[in-house]
Amino acid sequence: MTATLERPAQPDAMAPARYRIGRTRQDTRDTFTIELEPVDGPMLRYRAGQFTMLDAFGVGEVPISISGDPGRPGPLEHTIRDVGAVTHALITAPRGAVLGVRGPFGTSWDVADGQGGDIVFVAGGIGLAPLRPALLEVVRHRDRYGRVVLLYGARTPEDILFGDELRSWARDHGVVVEVTVDNGQHAWRGKVGLVTNLVPRAGFDPHATLALVCGPEVMMRAVAQSLVARGVPGDRVRLSLERSMKCGVGLCGHCQLRELFVCVDGPVLSYDRLASLLSVREL
Amino acid sequence: MADGARIIGREQLARLVEVLAARGYAVMAPTVRGGAVVLDEVHGVDELPWDVGDVQEPGSYRLTERGDGAVFGQAAAVKAIKPVLFPPDELIWRGHRSGTQFSVTDREGQPQRPVAFLGVRSCDLRALAQHDRVLADRAFPDTRYLRRREGVFLAAVTCADPADACFCTSMGGGPHPEEGYDLALTELVDPHRFVVEIGTELGAQVLAEVGSEAAAPEDLAAVRDQIASATERMTRSMDTDGLRDLLYASAESPVWDEVGNRCLTCMNCTMVCPTCFCTTVEDVSSLGSADAERRRVWDSCFSEEFAHIHGGSLRTEAKSRYRQWLTHKLGAWQDQFDALGCVGCGRCITWCPVGIDLTAEVAKLRAAAPLSVGGAR
Repeated sequence: MTATLERPAQPDAMAPARYRIGRTRQDTRDTFTIELEPVDGPMLRYRAGQFTMLDAFGVGEVPISISGDPGRPGPLEHTIRDVGAVTHALITAPRGAVLGVRGPFGTSWDVADGQGGDIVFVAGGIGLAPLRPALLEVVRHRDRYGRVVLLYGARTPEDILFGDELRSWARDHGVVVEVTVDNGQHAWRGKVGLVTNLVPRAGFDPHATLALVCGPEVMMRAVAQSLVARGVPGDRVRLSLERSMKCGVGLCGHCQLRELFVCVDGPVLSYDRLASLLSVREL
Repeated sequence: MADGARIIGREQLARLVEVLAARGYAVMAPTVRGGAVVLDEVHGVDELPWDVGDVQEPGSYRLTERGDGAVFGQAAAVKAIKPVLFPPDELIWRGHRSGTQFSVTDREGQPQRPVAFLGVRSCDLRALAQHDRVLADRAFPDTRYLRRREGVFLAAVTCADPADACFCTSMGGGPHPEEGYDLALTELVDPHRFVVEIGTELGAQVLAEVGSEAAAPEDLAAVRDQIASATERMTRSMDTDGLRDLLYASAESPVWDEVGNRCLTCMNCTMVCPTCFCTTVEDVSSLGSADAERRRVWDSCFSEEFAHIHGGSLRTEAKSRYRQWLTHKLGAWQDQFDALGCVGCGRCITWCPVGIDLTAEVAKLRAAAPLSVGGAR
């Protein structure tokens, strides 16, 4: 340490870039996908699984996973559930409105690590949105993967996200898509129950599988335990964690899970690193 | 102690403040504010806490009259370097709304004068080194901290009279500033004088403007005696052997229940801690104005909102939050920053309204841990 500190000039990671809303698509009754175009500079480049800090001017900023296709030029997509003041401001902002974007931040699914083997995606609720970029990557290079399975649990049939794509992935790209709901009223003839129950019959080779899991933490723990019990190594099961985040760059401290800064070391982390941390209540 | 130490008197201490001010620094030195010693801007040595002592014990702080006329005769000031270089509330950016559009109009806030600290203790220098790791040596550094940190002048002092709450010697430190200073003073009374060690070329230049004499061998011996005496009087301690593993293995320890029942989650410890760095952001806009500010403010892992996500807080109980704080400071910090996050200044012990002492909590965890864990004995 020296008495004075000299460092080269650094960009300010806390200042947002401006993006304009091109289109807002309603996916379900409470979930919307907004498409953004940069106002000032080039479109940001990201990897599947990363997130940004999205800013509604004067209201606040929240971490949201990017839900678009990293391999295809086009607008920047985020799929957002209407759960708080900031998310509400984001999804109700009109076409042409300007939002702030910082990032992208965090780790990637790195789904290409699963090439040559089977891929199991397990999604719960809005957790399908952060997985979508990795799904699109697999679908684009479908021949590089063995069996590809998507197990998806939603609350009700009306809460199923990306329904057209689910059908297309199954019909046109040989993805085994299994959907289950917690509540199956009306004309639902599909499965009812926890997504965890779909794991035993998913038909993957546990010794040559990469599993990517995103959803409520209690669901991810149960799914990861089930996958590991079937022989998938813990380092081949990846979860995307949700934590409070105020900066996205490991400075604010909010997202810490013991030694992890989830915003920098995650959000995607392998289960062998998480198992002991997630088993302690309120850690 | 370095060769080439110098001696200055009370007049030159006054001159040191003048020289630093003339060089354009805001001079921050110990001074009494609201019944406590804090580092704040001073315009002359009259504002320094002459003959003021302090008593710092678990849950208790009071000032005393020393009777020996010493000016640096206190232990850790309530506020030292942290609130100056890492303010509790600062602008990140200001923007202007126009319809559904906005633009960022300010990212700088008010320009600030460089700061010269006079009278910082060794514990605060070591805390500053931690903040350099946490805030500056990162992939995305805190650019506002960097701006303030660059160009800081540091005139440290030997901590001649540590408090009951102090335990820096067990955290790898000690009463004498060892590195990271421009000048380091050791105050000697009878006769009243200051031995000055020079840490940098800048420090040498400043001291040359102040004027000094060569220190005599007996002055240096007096400094060594003072360091030895202060070290000896620091009786509180923490056993840091295997501390990270101890804390990681103690996540379900009943010790957390007990301390969680006493902890008020008032956040005092995190506010006075010189290394705590957690912050949140606030959006400030006023009715009828098209401007809004994003501000960064200190936050604390003791608040229920700290770990809030949609659906509720991830740490609803006091014991979970105390565990987070202590495990981070003494355990996870080692994984994150390859160092202990505690410098042993004792502030969290002094300023805890119920007198929770982290050294005692660590001892309890050690006593309750299985023998195989974390160097437990």
